[in-house]
Amino acid sequence: MKALDTSAREGMRASIATQKRRELLFSVLGFAALFLMFVTFVALFVDMISSGMDRLTLDFFTHFASRRAEQAGILAAWVGSFTVMLVTAFVAVPIGVGAGIYLEEYAPANKLTAIIEININNLAGVPSIVYGLLALGMFVHTLGLGATVLTAGLTLALLILPIVIVSTREAIRSIPGMIREAAYALGATRWQVVRHHVLPYSLPGILTGVIIGLSRAIGETAPIVTIGAVTFIAFLPESPISSTAPFVSFDWLMSPFTAMPIQIFNWTSRPEAAFQQNASAAALVLVAMTLVMNALAIWLRFRLRRNLKW
Amino acid sequence: MSNKSPKPDLASLPIKAEARALNFFYGQYQALKNINLPIHDRRVTALIGPSGCGKSTFLRCFNRMHDLYRGNRYEGEIRFHPDDINLLGADIDPIEVRMRLSMVFQKPNPFPKSIYENVAYGLRVRGENKRSVLDAKVEEALTNAALWNEVKDRLHEQANNLSGGQQQRMCIARALASDPELLLFDEPTSALDPIATASIEDLIHQLKDKVTILIVTHNMQQAARVSDFTAYMYLGDLIEFGWTDDVFFSPKHKQTEDYITGRFG
Repeated sequence: MKALDTSAREGMRASIATQKRRELLFSVLGFAALFLMFVTFVALFVDMISSGMDRLTLDFFTHFASRRAEQAGILAAWVGSFTVMLVTAFVAVPIGVGAGIYLEEYAPANKLTAIIEININNLAGVPSIVYGLLALGMFVHTLGLGATVLTAGLTLALLILPIVIVSTREAIRSIPGMIREAAYALGATRWQVVRHHVLPYSLPGILTGVIIGLSRAIGETAPIVTIGAVTFIAFLPESPISSTAPFVSFDWLMSPFTAMPIQIFNWTSRPEAAFQQNASAAALVLVAMTLVMNALAIWLRFRLRRNLKW
Repeated sequence: MSNKSPKPDLASLPIKAEARALNFFYGQYQALKNINLPIHDRRVTALIGPSGCGKSTFLRCFNRMHDLYRGNRYEGEIRFHPDDINLLGADIDPIEVRMRLSMVFQKPNPFPKSIYENVAYGLRVRGENKRSVLDAKVEEALTNAALWNEVKDRLHEQANNLSGGQQQRMCIARALASDPELLLFDEPTSALDPIATASIEDLIHQLKDKVTILIVTHNMQQAARVSDFTAYMYLGDLIEFGWTDDVFFSPKHKQTEDYITGRFG
């Protein structure tokens, strides 16, 4: 074998050095991008905490909104957000999971299915205000449901439906074909395969999708403003359970409501500094809610996937 | 060779299943060409041949696995005895077929459930939920799969925690629990180490008194060790079929001889 001559070796080294310089440049730019994002978030949080922390007392959670900033609380807002999310989850989960399973397991591979698939992905990109307008026309006026908890829940359910469907499909697709074949080979019907295998094994992925969807929905403002959520409310929806027969009541569904983002928006638009403080505190609570939901999603995924090895 | 006694006349042996003029198409591509092959009752038949020769495709015709995917098409018949039905017939539900035949796959594919639930699954699918019946069947199947002693104290642990060889024996138990008439093995040891492979081969030996076995293998020594009959396939054609020692020691076709002696494949 002939030794590499000096000039060829020099050329090779120069080329390696150039590549390394490029790599360095890229990593510096990448770090800068990350740093910018990180600083922005930290600044935001610090600002929110420093101006809102003082207001985060128990009273803040148990008081209704008030004209006096220091007496105002977020009781109606968090109860509203909570009940709306309940309706959203109750509607979006069965419909979204059902649609996802149908598309993955049952739908024939034809043009119609292809069109539906493309449009589900498109729906995920539709601006939320458009859902608000749809809901205003359909739920509030045509169906006469009014600006109620039910309407808001249904609207946000529509909004997160694509997220639930897409995450259901992805979770189902991650089940290896050989597990499915094992079940079919034992004589299982398609429904048995779905019921005994597809659904339980995709549950972690589906739950994650649902929670991510809900944590997006809880911060949505535009669609619920559009359907006419009330900005000032000093009562709670009717209790779902009562001490007299028939013990359960669904009147709360038809109750007017406000929600966390609306309360925050409302306070932000006030000129007084004290209300700005309230807005910061409420925003902090909202951020905490979404963080808790995301943490729950991560924990659930971790817990439920422990036994899912293939 | 597993058959030491003088070989009985082939025509006198009972047949469990028989492929007749079987063609199979993946879309436009013809993967099996006019296969005619008997599967003898309570014997082991091995399918050998180079990659892409159609041996797994052929195996998967028996339990209609191809029906799970679009664009697949069968022509011809697989007669199944003693009731002489056509497994590929339009009048037979693939689910009914899969309830009478069981399959063991290339890689162990346990469900992410307990060992007990894995083995009992074939019975659960048939609507059997009685604890006493399931308990007895699970024990019987695991015993037949030579796994009972290793797992009897941890039936309710996750099947994924077993070793690869144990998982594959559990998959065999799962296939046995529903008393199949024909057991299909699709390269069952290709993902296993030599020791686990030996235990699976022992098992196949023990099982053939009870059940008819059809096994695809890429390992010719394995075919020679476990089977009574061997079929050699090449590019979708059945080239040669006969007693395993005939096929290995006095093949009728030059091509079979070349493959078996390792000149190609």
